[in-house]
Order: sequence, then C-alpha cells, then structure tokens
Amino acid sequence: MTVCLNGEEVAKKIGDAFPNSIDIADKATIIAKSEYLYQIAEFLKNNSDLKFDYLANQVAVDYMDYFEVVYNLVSLEYNHSLTLKVRCNDRENPTLPSVVSLWRTADYQEREIYDLMGITFTGHPNLKRLFLWEGFPGHPQRRDYL
Amino acid sequence: MAIKTEPFILNMGPQHPSTHGVFRMRVTLDGEVIVDVEPVIGYLHRGIEKLAEGRTYTQNIPLTDRMDYLASMTNNQAYVTAVEKLAGIQVPERAEYLRIIMAELMRIASHLMGVGFFLNDLGALMTPVLYMWREREKILDLFDMLCGQRLTYNYMRIGGVSHDIPEEFLSALKRFIAEMPGFTDEYDQLLAENEILLVRTKGVGILPKDLAINTGASGPVLRASGVKWDIRRADPYSIYDRFDFDIPTADSGDCYDRYWIKIQEIRQSTRILEQAVAQLPEGDICADVPQLIRPPVGEVYSRIEAPKGELGYYLVSDNSIAPYRFHVRPTELINLTALRDMSIGWKIADLIIIFGSIDVCLGEIDR
Repeated sequence: MTVCLNGEEVAKKIGDAFPNSIDIADKATIIAKSEYLYQIAEFLKNNSDLKFDYLANQVAVDYMDYFEVVYNLVSLEYNHSLTLKVRCNDRENPTLPSVVSLWRTADYQEREIYDLMGITFTGHPNLKRLFLWEGFPGHPQRRDYL
Repeated sequence: MAIKTEPFILNMGPQHPSTHGVFRMRVTLDGEVIVDVEPVIGYLHRGIEKLAEGRTYTQNIPLTDRMDYLASMTNNQAYVTAVEKLAGIQVPERAEYLRIIMAELMRIASHLMGVGFFLNDLGALMTPVLYMWREREKILDLFDMLCGQRLTYNYMRIGGVSHDIPEEFLSALKRFIAEMPGFTDEYDQLLAENEILLVRTKGVGILPKDLAINTGASGPVLRASGVKWDIRRADPYSIYDRFDFDIPTADSGDCYDRYWIKIQEIRQSTRILEQAVAQLPEGDICADVPQLIRPPVGEVYSRIEAPKGELGYYLVSDNSIAPYRFHVRPTELINLTALRDMSIGWKIADLIIIFGSIDVCLGEIDR
C-alpha cells in the first residue's frame, strides 16, 4: 500500500534546508512558494529518505484568484507519495520554473498546461503548444474562457 | 571526391497505417538512420476535460469511454473510482467483483490488440492479428451480452455497475477462461521463438531502467525495463488484494520484452478471472447514490492500473453537480516521452516497431 507522507513532517525537513520556502503545509499537501519550487523539487528527488523519483501526475487548476499547479510525486523505491502544490497569482502572465530537468515526465505535461492553461514554464527545453495550433486565441482550459 | 550529404526531415503521418490513429512524427533522417523524432499530436483533440466541466458526474462516464477506446472498461473504472473516493461512496461487494472481471477481460482484449498490431507493424501482415482477434471477439461478445455495446460500454456507475450479468454470461465466461491458456500457448508457439520476430525486436529500442522511471513510463513499458511496479500490487484498489497473481518483469527493456510482458500479463489476467468467478458473491450491484451527486469540496488524485499503465484522474469538486476540474493523467502520452530516446540511432523501419511496441491509442493521447 502506498503511504501518503504527512505534509507537515516533510515541510519541516524542507524548512531546515530552505527556510521560509513553504506557504502552507497540512497532512495531505504542501504548498510551496513558487520561487523555491525548483529547489524544493530537487530536494524531494535527491533526499535519501524521500527519493521521489517518479512524477506521477502534473495538473493545473484555475481557481480564478490564482492558478494552482499540482505535482503528485511517488517514490517507487519506498512506495510513498506526496502532493506538492504551487500557486501562481499573476493572471496576465503566469510563470513557474520548469521541472523537466528533474523529471522528464513533465515534458508533455508542462506543454499541455502551457497550451490549455497558459502558464509559462521557464527552463523548459521545447515549450510549444501541444494539442492546439500556434496562433490559437486564448487558453481554453481557463474557467473564464467561453 | 567525397559526396556531400545532409540530414533531411520526413513527416510520418498524420495518416499513416502504423500510427493507429492520427499521429505525426517529424523524423530527421541521416540516410535511413534516425537523428531526431518529434511527435506532433492534437489531431484528435476534442477538449474532453473542458467538456466534462459542464456535465454532471454521471454524464461524464460515457466521455471516459471515448478516451482509450480499446480499453473503455478500465477508463470507466478509473473515473468512477475517483468519484467514489471524492464523495466517500462504498461499493457493494458483488459490484467490485463484476468490475474486476470486466477490467481483466478488458486488459486481455487490449493486450491482444497491442500485440496483434505490433506484429502487423513488423510486417506479419494480418495473420497474427486475426489470431488475436479470434479471442478478442469472444471478449467483445461477452461485453455485448452484458451491456449491448462492443466498444464504448458505459457500464460502470458511481457506486457500482449498471446491469447485473445475464444468465448465460457466466457459462460463456467460464468457457473462455478454460480456453484462454491454450490460445496463449498457441501464440507462444507461433511467435515467441519466431526467428524474424527475434531478429527484428531483440535489442531494438532499448529503454533503460532509470530513464523509464524518469520519463514516467508505466504499465508494460515500465515493467519491460525491469521495474516491478504494478498499482494493483503497489497500491491495491478495489479488491485486488484478494487475488493471487504475479507481476511479470523483464530486464532488457527492448521491443521484444514489451511484447513478451503483454503475453505474460494475459496469462496472469486469466488467473485473476478464474479466482474472481469462483469467489463471485450474490448481492446488490449498485450502492444507493443520489441521481445528482454533489461531492464535498475537495480534490482527489486516484489511479488504477489500466492495460497500458497508470491511469489517474484528478478531480476537484466545489460541491456542485459538475466537477470543477476534471483532469486525466494520460498514460500513453507520458509513455511516449521516451520515444525519442528509444529511436535515435535506429533505422526508419525500426521506428515503426518501436512506436508499435509502446502500444498507444490516440483517443487518450489527444483527449
């Protein structure tokens, strides 16, 4: 059975390495500050007690006030999981650091988010629209796109 | 005098018989050798995730059928499991058994198509496919008997399943379970040591273990690279903890292993079916759920082991009748991430079988 790690405990570990990098941490999730996202992701992947080597899923949700990108991380070795979230308040030009260099799973998923939600991932090697054609107006997965 | 050469770009697809849908590969070639591959997708994009935000939870079940249309039952199962997790609904035991029976039949049917068309791509034109179709037909007949559909079943419901099995179903299923090991042996006899198959697939399109994990491969692709990871065992959902089955793995991660794993999984699925039929209890087939489900505010990521790998649903509820966000973790799209690494250095004829060995269905990639 995959164990869901307690977010508060993992947040404490992250906090020791990167002070003030976590916004909110509860039992189920960690919400990281977007400027620390890459460092935290790197820490979660390489820490010998955590070893999140598998990014199962990456999804963006439009909550109107902010965008939330969710990373469902799994460690195949320890069989535990963690939900990492990051929020993006800028609606006009949302930008987040890319995690493709850590988990290549993010390659198509970040392109999909860029295409349908309009979030730019800095550091992505090939950030192009995935499903829609270049020049398509707007980002249809946003809640205010009709 | 040296001849001046330069790489050129070839567009394979969108309409190409080996792509099983509308899929384009932008291939850079040096003579016949592949230098670069870039998949271009989106030709079948129907905006299912956006559509689902405007429909009730129950109305979304038929939409899931139309994603990986070669494995509709497991798509149904992944979605209803996610909604049940979100809304906290208990499923009656008989319904769980029926779901598992259908899911494992679907796994066999999907693997048969995967293997059959993989061999078709290899040049064994239509003969192996017809052998595989012979058994797949029996599964489709069973599903037809069950819900009147052969491709898009819309069988599972939130809280259970839509119909109980008809009277003649069990005897037909038992006959199928009894016959299937013999048919699987027949495939092995025809294929497993076939010289052409071995020469074309052994050592071709290798996906190393760490790259498989890093690119998020799942299902047979991941297991062929030597990772013993199957969600039915690693994170058991439904009632998979009650069955005895093995998880086949291979070590080299080449096209042959990806073929071989699928044949082994057909055997294991037959074993699960046998046990499920023997244990099938009497009882209700659907829990009492309101017609319009309003799950409490929250979100859920729920995953199952679909025939092609980890199929996950990320649902967000705002306590209304429609999901606030409906996202599918696209198994096959993520399996494709490593296509470029697997194909570079091989010939164009190998690209077709490398792509075929990943076993994709464009309905799910494009959504």
